[in-house]
Amino acid sequence: MEFAELIKTPRADNVVLHRPFYLAVEGTLCLTGHHLIFSSRRQDNAEELWLLHSNIDSIEKRFVGSLGTIIIKCKDLRIIQLDIPGMEECLNIASSIEALSTLDSVTLMYPFFYRPMFEIVEDGWRSFLPDQEFELLSSVTDEWRLSCINKEFSVCPSYPPVVIVPKSIDDEALRKVAMFRHGSRFPVLSYYHKKNGMVMMRSSQPLTGTNGRRCKEDEKLINATLRPGKRGYIIDTRSLNVAQQARAKGGGFEQEAHYPQWRRIHKCIERFNILQESLIKLVEACNDQSHNMDRWLSKLEASNWLTHIKEILTAACLAAQCIDREGASVLVHGTEGTDSTLQVTSLAQIILDPSCRTIRGFESLVVREWLQAGHPFQQRCAQSAYSNSKQKWEAPVFLLFLDCVWQILRQFPCSFEFNEQFLIMLFEHAYASQFGTFLGNNENERSKLKLQQKTMSLWSWVNRSEELSKFQNPLFEANSLVIWPSVAPQSLQLWEGVFLRWNRPSKFLDEAQEEMINIIKYNKELQAKVNALRRQLAEMETDDRMQENL
Amino acid sequence: PPPLFFLQVEQVKLLDRFSTSNKSLTGTLYLTATHLLFIDSSQRETWILHHHIAAVEKLPLTTSGCPLVIQCKNFRIVHFVVPRERDCHDIYNSLLQLSRTAKYEELYAFSYNPKQNKSEQVKGWQLIDLAEEYKRMGVPNANWQLSDANRDYKICETYPRELYVPRTASKPIIVGSSKFRSKGRFPVLSYYHKNKEAAICRCSQPLSGFSARCLEDEHMLQAISKANPSNRYMYVMDTRPKLNAMANRAAGKGYENEDNYSNIRFQFVGIENIHVMRSSLQKLLEVSGTKGLSVNDFLSGLENSGWLRHIKAVLDAAVFLVKAIAVESASVLVHCSDGWDRTSQVCSLGALLLDSYYRTIKGFMVLIEKDWISFGHKFSDRCCQLDGDPKEISPVFTQFLESVWNLTEQFPQAFEYNEAFLLQIHEHVHSCQFGNFLGNCQKEREELKLKEKTYSLWPFLLDEQKKYQNPLYNPDLSPELLEPNTVSFNFKFWRNMYHQFDRSMHPRQSVFNLIMNMSEQNKQLEEDIKELETKIKRRNGQSDVVLVKEHQQSAHPAPMALKTPPCFKKEQPLIPVNDAVRTIEGSNTADNRYSEFVAEFSKAEPAVVSLEYGVARMTC
Repeated sequence: MEFAELIKTPRADNVVLHRPFYLAVEGTLCLTGHHLIFSSRRQDNAEELWLLHSNIDSIEKRFVGSLGTIIIKCKDLRIIQLDIPGMEECLNIASSIEALSTLDSVTLMYPFFYRPMFEIVEDGWRSFLPDQEFELLSSVTDEWRLSCINKEFSVCPSYPPVVIVPKSIDDEALRKVAMFRHGSRFPVLSYYHKKNGMVMMRSSQPLTGTNGRRCKEDEKLINATLRPGKRGYIIDTRSLNVAQQARAKGGGFEQEAHYPQWRRIHKCIERFNILQESLIKLVEACNDQSHNMDRWLSKLEASNWLTHIKEILTAACLAAQCIDREGASVLVHGTEGTDSTLQVTSLAQIILDPSCRTIRGFESLVVREWLQAGHPFQQRCAQSAYSNSKQKWEAPVFLLFLDCVWQILRQFPCSFEFNEQFLIMLFEHAYASQFGTFLGNNENERSKLKLQQKTMSLWSWVNRSEELSKFQNPLFEANSLVIWPSVAPQSLQLWEGVFLRWNRPSKFLDEAQEEMINIIKYNKELQAKVNALRRQLAEMETDDRMQENL
Repeated sequence: PPPLFFLQVEQVKLLDRFSTSNKSLTGTLYLTATHLLFIDSSQRETWILHHHIAAVEKLPLTTSGCPLVIQCKNFRIVHFVVPRERDCHDIYNSLLQLSRTAKYEELYAFSYNPKQNKSEQVKGWQLIDLAEEYKRMGVPNANWQLSDANRDYKICETYPRELYVPRTASKPIIVGSSKFRSKGRFPVLSYYHKNKEAAICRCSQPLSGFSARCLEDEHMLQAISKANPSNRYMYVMDTRPKLNAMANRAAGKGYENEDNYSNIRFQFVGIENIHVMRSSLQKLLEVSGTKGLSVNDFLSGLENSGWLRHIKAVLDAAVFLVKAIAVESASVLVHCSDGWDRTSQVCSLGALLLDSYYRTIKGFMVLIEKDWISFGHKFSDRCCQLDGDPKEISPVFTQFLESVWNLTEQFPQAFEYNEAFLLQIHEHVHSCQFGNFLGNCQKEREELKLKEKTYSLWPFLLDEQKKYQNPLYNPDLSPELLEPNTVSFNFKFWRNMYHQFDRSMHPRQSVFNLIMNMSEQNKQLEEDIKELETKIKRRNGQSDVVLVKEHQQSAHPAPMALKTPPCFKKEQPLIPVNDAVRTIEGSNTADNRYSEFVAEFSKAEPAVVSLEYGVARMTC
């Protein structure tokens, strides 16, 4: 196998591992095709660190005499340092790590080699199928149909094979609409609000261009979602200015004249390198313990991260508000409809739909609104905060979404079945994983890679009861209401669980969390016991009464 | 008896502070001798104590009436619109009079009657006994003794009568030293660390000017360092920025010259003065009160206000002090200028980090009584209890509470009390409802006969301590010595203090309240189990006669499942304002304000303006 060629020094002894807030540990370092493994030699408390090469974002080396030092910065934002005696060993190991963490071919990635050590109860690849989703929908409305128009990915390469569209629009019309939308991403159903029958659709920008092209089928399609005499809202995730500029490149936005029943609202959500730079700046600020207060606050501000959070949440609240409060249908799009569009549509569903706040419901949301909807995970999550590559397509779009979910979770801590750990786990797996779920950029690529046959789904692992218990929120109490988060800056917080995770000791916070869980568990136990005793007493009383009557 | 309203105005609007669409409630505004009361159309009451009012402002007349903005010392801001200008003028003038008190005797505490009898009142005042506290610390002992030098407030008017000093500090040394210190505030014991035999002492700045020295003062410091057998060196912490201390030399004041004092290590720690702190808070409030605030304006405003920088400076100073004691077993003498602001902050926080007793509810009361009340932090001036010099106002005590809050965030299990306790104390430092914080020093308090004429706050807080208990408190898991992390990112904006009354900014469900109720319920359940088990046991071995009796009693068996958690219903609120407001969940009035939306809609889409956000009513 080619990996062996890349590993010149597979093993080094007397390596010292440094991590913040831990004592340095001496041990042995091993390199395998997909992992960096460090095991301490201390017999009493043997410790092992397994690091996926694909989790490594950047690597630096330094030398003092013959002692080499490698600093490894990971995509999950952790930074570790390895002191390796011997210059040659160190150089070899560094170059191997560099090569192994930047493999070009997807099929060399760990998910293709990973063999699960657990029993598969449920195949995650089959957990969330569009047909099932549609069945649920059909039970409440018959205005929609499942279209197989994209079966061979021939109409839209970034859409899944089946999509949900208005019943009154046939495939022929869809084909025409696809020609009118960027990347052929014609409007499809994203969410149906059972409470009032309003819907949220998503698409990409219309290709109106400078001469104001129109497409009757497109107009017909989105009008098909409106009730007679009712208005709809188009939420364009770009500023009006950006949307207008897009016309020069053949893109554009829906003109009032052709869409008289629709009101267009522009919200400005950033994309691409602006977001990546924001992440890089934020992590840089969080990693520097020496900042004085002014510098910390100005760096936090300069990163703009929380501004992006506020923008995204605000747009999502707006979409949710149009649907729930205004009783109007909504179409959301930006340019391609693969980034900010998905942030808005998925967050709006979390606000509106209690089922998205359960573990399974959230997984289903990620599958529908991110994976199947064609968010290019492989491009976006190729590098994280320590990247030097500055590729335009790298952007923490999904991390921002998770952060927004965390903000809502903070404000409604009892309304979610999952906890913060669940969100952090998804962040980690989106960037580096033993599972195939987040590989590829869309369903088309995934099917070509035969991921279903060749790799394991993340959901197969997560949805086992052993794992699930780690991600369950003990405070969860199903809340059937719409939850409106506050977007005031005073209500938004830095996601410490991700950004300060490796930068401060968390012993006391962890212990407090544990105590909290104990109180809840104890409460459940006591309640059960009281109920059992009461029942016992009641039975005794009945018995006595019966005896009396005899 | 029904409260006396001497002013009543109908059809007053209470505007939402942050709403950009002028959302409002309509109701009737009343003024009583002690409170402003607003009752809206759904009979919800908003009470504002006159003493809590920091400023009243009449804005220019609008078409809907005359706007009146009231800013409170507990950071509540209410915005009324009064239909008729004359009424508004009347309210304005009345409030100005009512909120500005010229004499202590006119403060609420002198008329507040909590229906306690005389002996309860006396017992209440005896709840905190500082002599007892010094005994707990381990003084007097071989090295420290109680001095009667200030028994009649002759040496220092702003110190308490009872002071602890090194045994070797004779009266002439005390007198001499006090003459060399600002306001006579000579070095005395604030906290004694039994294990380390080290002491925290406090004083004011020396009157050293550019070259003056005082042998008695030098002796005094020597006596302090000699009273510590573990380390003959002592630290002298000047909590001011070096520049300020140097400027004081020109006024004949200043700081200790290391050459003149043997065995001292002198250190500046750079906490700013009361004026800087006052304007810092002012800036903070301006930022946080802005409508439609952006994240970046908030963060840069937070930075420009310097508020968190000051909080960090205070905590850093306390950490420095604690290290000297815990690591080097060295005694520390702390001072600033007069030794009643920054010195109180640093000494009390230091003790709080060193001694877990101060992290209990009772212990925290003791700490405040000792380092703040008895040592003459000028509560009256700093909180503007009487109409006086606005330059004397400063949020020094608020900063202390905020520092403690920061510690409770870092050490969630180390404190017996919770955030509500800190907020309630803050409330009453300004309410003038109880005698504890009235006046500027003990002498003044005695002259006012506060113990006869007013009530102490502490027994009331202790009575309702269930509300203030931290359900996660576990002293066994928490270290005796707290070593807080003071890296900048640990300091956060204290939303629950500065937006305490802006409900829409708070989480809609509070984990804390839930856990608090649950752990309270657990106690009840444990009782229930005991009771049920005895019943079952009795039933298993009882005669038929008893059986019939019991049977009749339990004709209505208890419901199978518990539905409502017990407790938290019975308490009688100290003042009516808080309880209604502190409950965050279940509110159906407060709105979420996606303020931009509203603006957006009303600008671009005039057809759609009815954007009311009902709030999801939570079940927890």
